[in-house]
Amino acid sequence: MADSTLDAKGLNCPLPILRAKKALKGMSTGQVLAIEATDPGSAKDFESFCVQTGNELVKASENNGVFYYEIKKKG
Amino acid sequence: MSNQKKLAIIATKGTLDFAYPPLILATTAAALDYEVTIFWTFYGLQVVKKVRDLKISPLGNPGMPMPVPMPVLVQILPGMEAMATVMMKQKMAGKGVASIDTLLEMALESDVKMIACQMTVDLFDFKHEELIDGLEYAGAARFFEIAQDADITLFI
Repeated sequence: MADSTLDAKGLNCPLPILRAKKALKGMSTGQVLAIEATDPGSAKDFESFCVQTGNELVKASENNGVFYYEIKKKG
Repeated sequence: MSNQKKLAIIATKGTLDFAYPPLILATTAAALDYEVTIFWTFYGLQVVKKVRDLKISPLGNPGMPMPVPMPVLVQILPGMEAMATVMMKQKMAGKGVASIDTLLEMALESDVKMIACQMTVDLFDFKHEELIDGLEYAGAARFFEIAQDADITLFI
């Protein structure tokens, strides 16, 4: 489903956001980046990241301390 | 892009802990598409030295969590600062907190503009060769030229 994946598990603020930004840079409009993270702060941070950059947070969930996000690159 | 948001930071501190806020905020703002400038002045210049030796001290910092309570008179003993620095670095690595080297590298990679205060460079007898490449050397007037156009200005 996702076009690219990013494993940000074990990384703390602001690394998950910085790595996600870098990953999105190499992707095309409409493609989806899947991210796994363990930083509990990342839940709000990825929301804010998407609000401010215009990318779309299409999925956000949590399972056993692992947070999962899908971000669709903006046009 | 004239509508790009801008962040201007003055970074004045040269300890390991206080090297973090300007670099975390600068790299994050850059990831949020801000145009970012950091003006390094006074002890902040220690962060942009080619050879960095940033330390943290529990001395005079009652807010620093310690594994065991430590009276101030013990904190002044030789080696305590080095020990606190090693412990903090280990803790940071263990918690997945980026190193200062990594954050600085990421800031430069994402085109964060860095200005070194020339007055402080003179004051501390630093040489331009001792500081990382790509710095602009300027003074307070230059900072205001940038700050007057910034959406957010922070003094750290």
